[in-house]
Amino acid sequence: MKRFSPYAQYRSRSRSGSRKHIQLKHISIILLCCFFGISLPAHSETNISVIYLQHQVAQPAVLSNLDPIPEDLGRAGVLLGLADNQTTGQFLGISYELEIVVVPVESNIIEAALRALESTQLLILDVPADTLLLIGDLPQAEHALLFNVSASETALRNQQCRANILHSLPSRAMRADALMQFFLKKRWDDLVMISGSREGDIAFANALRASAKKFGLGIRGEKTWAFDADMRRSAAQELPLFTQDFPDYDALIVADEADDFGRYIPYNTWLPRPIAGSEGITPVAWSGVVEQYGAAQLQSRFLEQTGRAMQTVDYAAWAAISTVGEAAVRSHSNDTSVLRDYILSDAFELGGFKGRALSYREWNGQLRQPIPLVTARALVALAPMEGFLHQHNELDTLGVDMPESVCTAFEE
Amino acid sequence: MKHLLATAALLMTTAPLVAGEVWVTNEKDDTVSVINIETQEVINTYATGERPRGVTFSLDYSRVYICASDSNTVQVMDPDTGEILFDLPSGEDPEQFVLHPDNRTLYIANENDAVTTVVDTETREVIAQINVGIEPEGMAVSPDGKYVITTSETTNMAHWIDVETREIVANTLVDSRPRHAEFTADGANVWVSSEIGGTVSVIDVSNKDVTHKITFEVPGIHPDRIQPVGIKFSSDGAIAFVALGPANHVAVVNTENFEVESYILVGRRVWHMALSPDNTQLFTTNGVSGDVTIIDVASRNALVSIKVGRFPWGAAVRP
Repeated sequence: MKRFSPYAQYRSRSRSGSRKHIQLKHISIILLCCFFGISLPAHSETNISVIYLQHQVAQPAVLSNLDPIPEDLGRAGVLLGLADNQTTGQFLGISYELEIVVVPVESNIIEAALRALESTQLLILDVPADTLLLIGDLPQAEHALLFNVSASETALRNQQCRANILHSLPSRAMRADALMQFFLKKRWDDLVMISGSREGDIAFANALRASAKKFGLGIRGEKTWAFDADMRRSAAQELPLFTQDFPDYDALIVADEADDFGRYIPYNTWLPRPIAGSEGITPVAWSGVVEQYGAAQLQSRFLEQTGRAMQTVDYAAWAAISTVGEAAVRSHSNDTSVLRDYILSDAFELGGFKGRALSYREWNGQLRQPIPLVTARALVALAPMEGFLHQHNELDTLGVDMPESVCTAFEE
Repeated sequence: MKHLLATAALLMTTAPLVAGEVWVTNEKDDTVSVINIETQEVINTYATGERPRGVTFSLDYSRVYICASDSNTVQVMDPDTGEILFDLPSGEDPEQFVLHPDNRTLYIANENDAVTTVVDTETREVIAQINVGIEPEGMAVSPDGKYVITTSETTNMAHWIDVETREIVANTLVDSRPRHAEFTADGANVWVSSEIGGTVSVIDVSNKDVTHKITFEVPGIHPDRIQPVGIKFSSDGAIAFVALGPANHVAVVNTENFEVESYILVGRRVWHMALSPDNTQLFTTNGVSGDVTIIDVASRNALVSIKVGRFPWGAAVRP
């Protein structure tokens, strides 16, 4: 395996890292200026400067320690995208500078954002939804171009949309719609749901309910996960009883965004039925099992760089910096407003290794993209499912479409 | 060569049957299938290295070169026996390659390494490695042997390599995910397919600029599913066949006015194509359906599909 020295520190941390980002407080700012060796004829140089700003969040305690969140989640994706951009840029006289700023939980993210905006107007933000809006609303960010790579709240693309914020991460509504299209295709019309009681679980459950309604599917029964026992020992005893009084159903959906209890549900339900949602068949932006449409190449480059599989936030971060790269190459500009105009134009297309050209919805700044439905071991389906037609773009059958959108910030 | 042409001419005058063999690499079977064109049957299946993709014959058809992508080598096979004669160094993950008109030098796209590797097939040594864009794939050589083109799928360019200096002399930006390049017989243009962009760019060799962009519309198929990959020109150069990937059709393009004249339904996920030695039949590899469709060039009709291995990808013909 190849060693890239700038990444070594990430790799070692990600392996020894625990689930809690808080333990990383000693790295506050990491500076990476990346100029790769360029041995080509001189061009008129265009330099693009991007800052990846991450606010660390305290992760909730979960039942299992089996799948720790990688310490370099998101950052690894942006580094891969940077390397791709550099290679392309060297042929055209475009160079990139990336600075990664990691702000510990207790430190002031707004101060860090203000400092970042002083040096560039192109920011990739790995921050929670409320912080994203605070940064977007800073007067200093009025003409900036901000990419959201980790907040999946649908409202950020709708009621709370901002003209200076683009979203390379799919919304919860997009993921829920992908799953419901799959159910409809399979004729799994009758569903039941178990949801957790944390904020993200409730939001995902809401998205699933809205989507079931949109596609005419019925959620016949719902329960809230309320165990505080350690399920690793008692799931087999508790779950049959817990699920026994659900009416008969085709699939059980789980809303457990923190990956707390979902893993203990499969094979322990009263009825033998498929599981989907946060567990079982899962709608995601990306997963290590995606291998078609050239994805295997992206996966192997990522694996070589990090020693782990590429995840959703890595993909969103990769897509964000790749969007900047694509716009820079085509427009040959580093002017934020020129880049933004190009990104939101019909001409923009991003090869996202998901079989269709990705582009941004001009009414809310959301990156249109297919949603893989995956298990831990394989791709089950790729939404939009065949037969879900749309007058403009089939990808717009996922999430908030233009007619329903209440976002007005993108109207010129 | 003269003898072969004479034989082909003789066959054409005596019988409507088409002679020769189509060699098809089966990406997920690690084999190559040999189809007898006359009987339309698979007559041999030979084992190869892992994930065979690009396939081409030496000019005298005495050797067949096979990119064994996951074995990181180009294999040289005796087409009469199916025996692997030797492996060539190829760089990592060779996907496609092109044999220079000198019948000696192979230019190989190394998909995982962002380089094009130049190999001398006689000394079996790597002569040079040229840095190109991310995920190089399509390879073509100009008829005069002066330029080699590598297309890079993620950098979205056709890179022009000067054969003499082995340096990149120009880069032509095309639409998203360029997968294949093909020079016209007169050497005036090179056509590059863009899988995600859904277009074929026609590039003028003299100034390296895109002069035309061909788009496709297959009735009943969403534009996103139209993903051009393989390109093949008819022997008279009047038409080009463009394989449209998951659209499951081959487009027939008029090379004079760049208009699409018809679409031919083939198997699922059509990748690459080859023409019979007499140029009357076209063979398409259909990855998902695992078969090869035979098209009658004159009538533009699909005649039959022949089952081969899993995920057929590359195709080459020998008389």
